[in-house]
Amino acid sequence: MYVLAAIVSLTLLGLLLGFLLGLAGKYLKVESSPLLDAIEALLPGSQCGQCGFIGCKPAAEALANGNAPATICPPGGSALAEQLALLLGLDLDLSDVKEPELLVARVSEATCTGCTRCFKVCPTDAIVGAPKQIHAVVADACIGCKKCIDVCPTECLQMHAIEVTLRNWRWTKPVTAKAEVNTMGEALC
Amino acid sequence: MLSFFNPLRIRGGVHPEAHKTATANLPIVTDFPLPKKLYIPLQQHVGKPAEPLIRVGDKVLKGQLLAYSQGMISAPVHAPSSGTILDVNDYPAPHPSALPIRMIVLETDGQDTWMLAPTVNDPFQLTPEDISLRVGAAGIVGLGGATFPTAVKLNMGREAHIDLLIINGSECEPYLSCDDRQMQERAEHIIDGVRIMLHSMTTTNAVVAIEDNKPLAFLAMQKAAQSFAAITVMQIPTRYPMGWDRQLIKYLTGKEVPVGSRSSEIGVTIHNVSTALAVHKAIRYGQPLVSRVVTVSGGAILRPLNIEVPLGTLIAELFTFCEVKTDAVARIIMGGPMMGDALPHVNLPTVKATSGVLALTQSELKNTEEHPCIRCASCISVCPAGLRPLDMANNIRMNQLDAAVDIGLKDCISCGCCSYICPSNIPLVQYFKYAAGEVAARQQAQHKSEQTKRLIDARAARFKRIADQQAAEEQVRLAAKAARSHQLTTDSDTSTILGSRLAQQSEVDAH
Ligand code: SF4
Ligand code: SF4
Repeated sequence: MYVLAAIVSLTLLGLLLGFLLGLAGKYLKVESSPLLDAIEALLPGSQCGQCGFIGCKPAAEALANGNAPATICPPGGSALAEQLALLLGLDLDLSDVKEPELLVARVSEATCTGCTRCFKVCPTDAIVGAPKQIHAVVADACIGCKKCIDVCPTECLQMHAIEVTLRNWRWTKPVTAKAEVNTMGEALC
Repeated sequence: MLSFFNPLRIRGGVHPEAHKTATANLPIVTDFPLPKKLYIPLQQHVGKPAEPLIRVGDKVLKGQLLAYSQGMISAPVHAPSSGTILDVNDYPAPHPSALPIRMIVLETDGQDTWMLAPTVNDPFQLTPEDISLRVGAAGIVGLGGATFPTAVKLNMGREAHIDLLIINGSECEPYLSCDDRQMQERAEHIIDGVRIMLHSMTTTNAVVAIEDNKPLAFLAMQKAAQSFAAITVMQIPTRYPMGWDRQLIKYLTGKEVPVGSRSSEIGVTIHNVSTALAVHKAIRYGQPLVSRVVTVSGGAILRPLNIEVPLGTLIAELFTFCEVKTDAVARIIMGGPMMGDALPHVNLPTVKATSGVLALTQSELKNTEEHPCIRCASCISVCPAGLRPLDMANNIRMNQLDAAVDIGLKDCISCGCCSYICPSNIPLVQYFKYAAGEVAARQQAQHKSEQTKRLIDARAARFKRIADQQAAEEQVRLAAKAARSHQLTTDSDTSTILGSRLAQQSEVDAH
């Protein structure tokens, strides 16, 4: 009898609270503007905080209100700045935006203790590992947020520049002023 | 269908000084001393790199397969001479960056013993598909510099039922004369290669187009083609970049290849004269592509020559053979001076794409002192792709790449005409190359950021699922606990307790 009473009362309580939550969700909803959504969709969404805001959403709000420049997001680089400027109708001279230097984390096998702390904080699940096993970073999924670096007790995680190979090698931008040119098409007098 | 007499068909272009006479009047050197070591990259073509099937220490014969082609667009690599495999490892690539790529190092034994592929008496009895297969197995790629696997192109031509095969003998880059010499000396073989290609594409019409600054090559080719009605040899005006496929097609047929599509869609395919020669050698003699003719020239070369070189020969050895004035060299270029690659040093191998290696002196280089744009619009009038280089460069300087793409960046062929003509020495084509790479990098970054979002969402969903599950279990546990404590206090009948315990147990199990 008591069993039944307990189950019934808890179920009722659950249903009631759920109903109230549903109501609250409907009537107390914070309206977000379509512009805000569009900006947020452009931002990386990794909540890295490098812009000085606590996450991508506050940064998007600042952008929407005109309180932040299109160049606010360092990991996005000039590509993102250009998209933001287009979206917000801003004029933009990007000649001195620094392109983000892309880094990826790498585990040094010698000192990894398999504590799994890094594995738990990685926002993109780029770290694979199991307790007491050496962990590894999937470079393609790593976004260089450095969260794992902060939690690693043995400092065995380090950021490395992405290796340049023939596949990702690119021509550099010609320097204005006196051109130090070292390329084709240029060679003929 | 062919209307040849309208010079207005040529858009843009420049007339750079030819510098060809130094090499064009000398016969091709065929007794180049065999190098001790050959460095053979596994990727000398567009597409996937070849996969090695030899091991270090193996003895191989000239023409033996070293690495097989992987996937649809790829090409195999063969031993350029007989000898022993020394190493399969990363060595600097013949590329402006000289970054490492995988190469096979072959120590030659000096015998140069062939191992030939089987041949047939009459190649025209072979099926067209069979010819493509043999051409593919011989590792032949476009030798004009594009290095697209020739067999794939033959198949595409056959499938698209093309009605014209253009053989590109324009050789419009200054300094280079390897195609010119081959047409003069090996015209019959080239024409035979053309006939085999026609057979392989099941088409009947070929035009060999030769710039009118190569009269001897034209005469030789015309003589060789006389008895074959299917092949017309004709002269085209000398102008850079006449050898650009779209320019050539437009000039010869009057048709424009639509942006973003292949020439076979309008019924035309282009192959280079050297490629036709390689096809002839492969089908008639069973020789895979293991050597090519390379022009070694430039102001710093004392003995400029065209040399038949085994692939994998270091450029340094070519320069020694042709006597280079080392202290006069201001720039080393692989290919022609307009579109070739500047190399950082000479310890890099010659590959299938190497039509020439040039050692240029300072006086042969363009002045690089840059001045502001005077808006003379010369760059616009010479651009063969009909673009506005000055505006694109301006956009790129301000990092507005999307704007540059909007006005046609992707149609730029990096021919260098605009840089060549610009009186202010603005490095226009360098801007476009940089921007093209940057646009590709951004696309990758975009792709990665989408992937990142997906990963983050998946992670959030996983956490939510775990939290929900824990909450559900917690609720069940609480309910059970409440019930149990009530029973323990009120009920003294052990059997009831036992019964309720069992009930709880099954309830938990169910969860
Ligand atoms: S050729 Fe040079 S100076 Fe003339 S418009 Fe073009 S970029 Fe400007
Ligand atoms: S390099 Fe590009 S922009 Fe310059 S002339 Fe050639 S196609 Fe036109």
